[in-house]
Amino acid sequence: MILLLATDVPARLVRLSPIDIVIVVFYFALVLSIGWYLKGRANTGEDFFMAGREMTAWVAGLSFLSANLGALELMGWAGSAYQYGILATHWYWIGAIPAMLFLALVMMPFYYISKTHSVPGYLQLRFGEPSRALSAISFAFMTVLMSGVNMFAMAKVMQIVLGWDINFSIWVSSLTVAIYVTLGGLRSAIFNEVLQFFLIWAGALLIPILGLYEAGGWTNLKLQIAQRASSEYVHLWSGLGSFSTNPMGINWVGIVFGLGAIISMGYWTTDFLVVQRILAAKDIRSAEMAPIIGAAFKMFVPIIVILPGLIGLAVLPEKLVPESVATVTGGHSYNDVLPLMLARYCGPGLLGLGVTALIAGFMSGMAGNVSAFTTVWTYDIYRPFFNSKASDHHYVNMGRWTTVIGVLISVGTAYLVMQFASIMDYVQALFSFFIAPLFGTVVLGMLWKRATGPGGFWGLLCGTLSSISMWAWVKVDPTALRYVALSPQAKGLAQDMFQALWSFVVCVIVTVVVSLATKPLPDAALTGLVYGLTEVPSVGNIPLYQKPLFWAAVVTVVFFVLNIIFW
Amino acid sequence: MISIWFFIGISLAVNGALILAAGIYQLVNPPANPGVVLFHLHANVWWGAALLVFGLAYCLKFAPKRIS
Repeated sequence: MILLLATDVPARLVRLSPIDIVIVVFYFALVLSIGWYLKGRANTGEDFFMAGREMTAWVAGLSFLSANLGALELMGWAGSAYQYGILATHWYWIGAIPAMLFLALVMMPFYYISKTHSVPGYLQLRFGEPSRALSAISFAFMTVLMSGVNMFAMAKVMQIVLGWDINFSIWVSSLTVAIYVTLGGLRSAIFNEVLQFFLIWAGALLIPILGLYEAGGWTNLKLQIAQRASSEYVHLWSGLGSFSTNPMGINWVGIVFGLGAIISMGYWTTDFLVVQRILAAKDIRSAEMAPIIGAAFKMFVPIIVILPGLIGLAVLPEKLVPESVATVTGGHSYNDVLPLMLARYCGPGLLGLGVTALIAGFMSGMAGNVSAFTTVWTYDIYRPFFNSKASDHHYVNMGRWTTVIGVLISVGTAYLVMQFASIMDYVQALFSFFIAPLFGTVVLGMLWKRATGPGGFWGLLCGTLSSISMWAWVKVDPTALRYVALSPQAKGLAQDMFQALWSFVVCVIVTVVVSLATKPLPDAALTGLVYGLTEVPSVGNIPLYQKPLFWAAVVTVVFFVLNIIFW
Repeated sequence: MISIWFFIGISLAVNGALILAAGIYQLVNPPANPGVVLFHLHANVWWGAALLVFGLAYCLKFAPKRIS
């Protein structure tokens, strides 16, 4: 293995020493050991798919965050910070914190007390089989495709950064994930995600510490960025009055309503990849506290993601360029900023830990995709539509086989992307089509008892189709972006925000109209699923400092203070 | 059942020990060309030591026999 790891490619950004390789190998050995240790604790459906519903708030919360903290996320947003400045922080603050708190305080009680296994499972309880089928099939299909796309992208990164062979990266990482998820199910995935969370911080935190030291502190860093780029790069909100006064080409409406109110709500509250971690919580208090703990840590992730990008903007001697330019000129792209900073500050041992953090981030994301796919396939597609009367043991076996098959489909997708690179853009775009309408359907289902089954189904379908239509319209005619984003000065990222906003609006309107035109469900059928008809269980008679509401308030205050400080 | 925090302790302690060892080696035998900026801060020494202490603390606190 060490020989394989040492495969030489001249273009590599960093070169690992023997001690670095030992650290990487130790990581693989540890995650496999955890999977092996947990194999005897995944014998029932509840164990394999829901981790026995016995996770503490801390474990569920860190796993919830870790499933989203992938290597491509780390490198991509560090690159975005280099490209757009501190504006990229919006994706960690307003683009996450309100949604996580909303999940904790408003939506989690319904997911939890309905005892659903998945988000499509909730849709079945609330709106019936058609909504579940639409949601489950689209989610399962897109999850394995996304996993494959991420796998290829990560293997490509490993080739560029370390000179590793693409085939080696794909097979070693995917087989490792397949082994530990097949053995230990969701519990194994969650345990490894928590481990990976610590490794990511241990491996990445040194970069901002040393970077700020080199730059001479935050104030000097801002001055250097203003000299090398623009003073707009260090302001979070003051440049968002117009599309033309910030590097991102977006305005505050897109950020607040598109990103904060729709996209992030859709992702953090209805994407089963992350919600599954919370469903594994041991009680209602843990289920509510977990997203709040996730939110508290999420607020500080910019320290290891955004700050390295900003520091790179100030201290790196070379000017980084877009990927398309770097491919032609042979220079470094924005996305290389994190590995470049790693190579700049980290000597033997630290480099191995940094690389391990990237690998851990990738594998936690892949394990999240695979375990979510396995649950949705088994409980929301296979059981209702193919075999509804099998034993619990049969479904566990189906889950194990599905894990292996899901990984193999992901590997196949990775090779497909290797042959046809444009597939990557299409798959990533496809995934975004479902998020905003799904949020509209779920939130209406939870908050409005008049919403009916046909209303939910047609709202979800029309919202998704409207999102696809807008994307295709801009793809065919790029000037159409001015209509989607309501401004001729809008740039690419604005499209995502406004596309989500309109598809959500379409979903809500269609759901409301169809629901009002169809027969309402009796209240008895909605008990435990809708506000007003459900007695939300109390977290118990506990001190104030143990109450989820108290910690949500603390996180909210810190969230506002941070936004004001970096205004 | 072994606590997840114990596994995390093992991971941080082993990584910390390896990084600290690499840092001390470089401290005793400084390379002619360190290849990194701020080499004089010897980040791998103090960062490795911090991870080792943190990891050992977790190992002790969440050791299996204590949990049981």
